Amino acid sequence: MKIKQISLFLENKPGHLNAICRTLAKAGINIVTLSLADTQQFGIVRLIVEDWERGRDELEKAGHVVNVRDVVAATVNDVPGGMADLLDAVGAVGVNIEYMYAFSFRTNDKAILVFRFDDADKAIEALKRIGADILDASTLFSH
Amino acid sequence: MCRECNDKENPLSRADYVSVDEMRNIQLTKLKKIVRHCYDNVPLTRLRMDEKGVKPEDIKTLEDMRFLPFMKKTDLRDEYPKGLFGVPMRDIVRFHCSSGTTGKPIVVGSTRGDLDVWIDGVVRSLVMDGITNEDILQVSYGYGLFTGGLGLHYGGEALGCAVVPTSGGNTDRQIMLMRDLGVTAIACTPSYFIHIMDEALKKGVDFRKETKLRHGIFGAEPWTDEIRAKIESVTGIEAHDIYGLTEVSGPGVASSCRCHSGLHVFEDHFYPEIINPDTLEPVPDGTWGELVFTTLDRFGTPMLRYRTRDITRIIPDRCDCGRTIRRIDRISARTDDMLIIRGVNVFPSQIEAGLMTVDKVLPHYHIYVDREGDLDTIEVKVEVTADALGDQIKSLELLRRTIAEAIKKIINISIKVTLVEPHSLPRSEGKMNRVTDNRKK
Repeated sequence: MKIKQISLFLENKPGHLNAICRTLAKAGINIVTLSLADTQQFGIVRLIVEDWERGRDELEKAGHVVNVRDVVAATVNDVPGGMADLLDAVGAVGVNIEYMYAFSFRTNDKAILVFRFDDADKAIEALKRIGADILDASTLFSH
Repeated sequence: MCRECNDKENPLSRADYVSVDEMRNIQLTKLKKIVRHCYDNVPLTRLRMDEKGVKPEDIKTLEDMRFLPFMKKTDLRDEYPKGLFGVPMRDIVRFHCSSGTTGKPIVVGSTRGDLDVWIDGVVRSLVMDGITNEDILQVSYGYGLFTGGLGLHYGGEALGCAVVPTSGGNTDRQIMLMRDLGVTAIACTPSYFIHIMDEALKKGVDFRKETKLRHGIFGAEPWTDEIRAKIESVTGIEAHDIYGLTEVSGPGVASSCRCHSGLHVFEDHFYPEIINPDTLEPVPDGTWGELVFTTLDRFGTPMLRYRTRDITRIIPDRCDCGRTIRRIDRISARTDDMLIIRGVNVFPSQIEAGLMTVDKVLPHYHIYVDREGDLDTIEVKVEVTADALGDQIKSLELLRRTIAEAIKKIINISIKVTLVEPHSLPRSEGKMNRVTDNRKK
């Protein structure tokens, strides 16, 4: 139930993010969502793409260093308090969120959030208990 | 005793094992002859000896060498191109040049006999490394004016190796030939081998499984024990150190043996002294100083007391391998490379040693020295590797801090460490220049 996220090292300079997007574009790989973490000097771009293996290979071929991690994608009710309910559930079992970001599209009044937990399995269990919908890759990309 | 170290039975290595007395006799006989040759044929040497009031016949013992004038790289530049040649042109059979990072190169001419002396050193180095006529030797040093390529080429052939003269460059083809021809030994600069190693890993080539490579003969630039350990652990080969310089011949002036504790000097050809670079006085064995060579039997461009600018010491005790020829310590620094940062002497090799103590960092880095106001600054750019890259900023920040602290521990100066994208730093297929000093501009 986990999905693969690829992350890349990026110098904080004009054009460097675009180079990554161009590489994926040329290979016909769609970016489903991304998030950037940055410092003054450098950043890390995290991407969810369709066909992560090919995405990784293409980026490595282009000379990037690529890291692959498991993340959890969960739907949340697109209403006030929807996210707080999710966070309550994982907080209650003592799981820490290392970072998270949101998907850019909605589906049936639900939003999709991407989490990196320190203990993904425990978090998934807790989220399922409150009825949250955990998405696998095929469901995710069918949206 | 170390790995198969003793090749005393090999006739090629006979001179490595002669008694100390016999060696000193050989050296003294040769010294007298070469001093006479220089005095009679090299005007600059004659002039300087006359200035010091030394005649060739004053050299009665090896210790008398201290009365002879020194030769420096600037002398070779000033006398460019052929002012220091000691024989008529008909006796010269080859030219070599050393790269001139500033201005003119230096030119060295060799007679047939000089080349034989040089190649003898290369052959004895290869024997010392455990290489035989069964080996397939890929020479990935540059061929041409630089002595690395042709030196290892002719040395390898003389020993009976099957030589693959790839020269430098075209790394994909280097890897292909290494694999397809079953190459067992490679000779190149350590930085170029690291480049080959990286490219092979990127292609998923496992050195241990897909190549027969067992030996690397690395030289032409200072490198550290940490780099040696890294190369050996990644590829499973044995990394050997070969030392030399164009001014006194080329690679094969000294070589590590399989004990890997210092480098044996082929002192029947190249007489080593260590001097205090400030007072220019010889120092006792064991003391660190500048390495000086006298070419005992090279006549084309003979060198009396040539100052190498390399910092080392003579290792006072006998090597476990049983060789009687003396050893110098690994050259970890060249006085030329020394940076003076806020009044403190810093060698690039110290920064490299600091970098290598941090796990997960492959050695692609570049040092930038600058001046902000009155303060010298030093910045080390390090390429991020797949191992080091996590998915979080905090792990990269930690890596950056760890590197900075490891280097500071060694040089006692705070430095700036910047992580950069892979393949963004300059690469070299010959000698690596890892320092850019913007203060000089």
